[in-house]
Amino acid sequence: MSQKVLLTATEINIILNRLACQLIENHTDFKNTVLIGIQPRGVYLAERIKKLLTTDYGIEAIKLGYLDITFYRDDFRRSEKTLEANKTKIDFVVEDKKVVFIDDVLYTGRSINAALTAVQSFGRPEEVELLCLIDRRFSRHLPIQPDYKGRQVDAINDEQVKVCWEENDGEDTVYLVKS
Amino acid sequence: MSELSVNHLLGIKYINEADIELIFKTADHFKEVINRPIKKVPSLRDITIANLFFENSTRTKLSFELAEKRLSADVINFSAAASSVKKGETLIDTVNNILSMKVDMVVMRHPNPGAGVFLSKHIKASIVNAGDGAHEHPTQALLDSYSIRERLGDVAGKNVVIVGDILHSRVALSNIYALKLQGANVKVCGPKTLLPKYIESLGVEVELDLRKALEWCDVANMLRVQNERMDISYFPSTREYTQQYGVNKKLLDSLDKQIVIMHPGPINRGVEITSDVADSEHAIILDQVQNGVAVRMAVMYLLASKIKQ
Repeated sequence: MSQKVLLTATEINIILNRLACQLIENHTDFKNTVLIGIQPRGVYLAERIKKLLTTDYGIEAIKLGYLDITFYRDDFRRSEKTLEANKTKIDFVVEDKKVVFIDDVLYTGRSINAALTAVQSFGRPEEVELLCLIDRRFSRHLPIQPDYKGRQVDAINDEQVKVCWEENDGEDTVYLVKS
Repeated sequence: MSELSVNHLLGIKYINEADIELIFKTADHFKEVINRPIKKVPSLRDITIANLFFENSTRTKLSFELAEKRLSADVINFSAAASSVKKGETLIDTVNNILSMKVDMVVMRHPNPGAGVFLSKHIKASIVNAGDGAHEHPTQALLDSYSIRERLGDVAGKNVVIVGDILHSRVALSNIYALKLQGANVKVCGPKTLLPKYIESLGVEVELDLRKALEWCDVANMLRVQNERMDISYFPSTREYTQQYGVNKKLLDSLDKQIVIMHPGPINRGVEITSDVADSEHAIILDQVQNGVAVRMAVMYLLASKIKQ
């Protein structure tokens, strides 16, 4: 197994700032916009973006929720292990809001497909956008593309993109791992 | 640990502490699901479940059916009263006929103890025991423990007394297994005639005085007197039973602490508990009913994930 660094902490910081600015460009004061981090790994990215928007760009009262997609996945009973769920926490109204899904890596697109179904249980959003840190562009199974992306990566299938966050893994780094 | 150790839920006796923990963790998520505007997830959309009720039931059947529908499973219902069982068909034949219609899971209530265990040896589908005679009622015990956990934070170390007709109660036996597995202290309380002779071998204490039992406990689970299962008279009169083993507001107020009152339903109001107790803030009877759906969703979700394609 070998791994190489795709993004360093400095690069991640620059990208997060860019993504935050792009969000502001489209959503201005976020009055009608809600952010939803996709469980489990999208949550770290979502919290970072929220923190940036609040502290560095002075946008108060940003609504952030977490969405777990386990019960909506299309591979139930197809994988060896039982799929274990994570917490969903959406304590605001989604109806008629602009929703931004936030996930760390966009790979096959199946998670986002499940998330699109899942979010409808909370109401009918006005529109849904997708923000991801890493876009693995040659691996898509479904016609799903990000609206905001950090870095595009041409990884092949036996390679894995590993996103580490300071608060969980002790460092901000993105690795490309070869098995 | 992210998988149940069993392929059927036949009784609490056959599962372990980690299974209970996994079921509760999963039920937490389903409880959030059933409080959404749209209370349905598509997980079990390719699973067909047959509810076989060889004995009458209202709330358990409704609870299971709702749980199945919230998981998007296809559901067929069967009740013995309107079936060929009356014409003399055997249990295995009845079930095999239903299974040949491509059913993946069976939820069964049966008057004979051990019916689920017997069936599990002869058929392929997953079986969930929804009560077998006076033997076990595992999902009821799970939702009872889940409700205690929700109200008091934990089951371990809590003092729980089960009051009433222990002899005829499957809820009592499953509850004793489940509570002991999670480290609770359990006492049973009731007239001597309604306590099984060797109950202490399950690691529970017997207390004949209701007042002492209530002073000791954090939770009192009040069981219904099952007149329909009594072939002889076990106590002189209902009035005398109520005087000795019924819980009323006055008795609760005279204790120097708050205790949680549970009841698996249906309640005989004025017999085992009075109306003012059943409707008071002490009682978590309706929480139990709501938790029942979440816990049953968790059980069926976890069992279905073990049915491979």
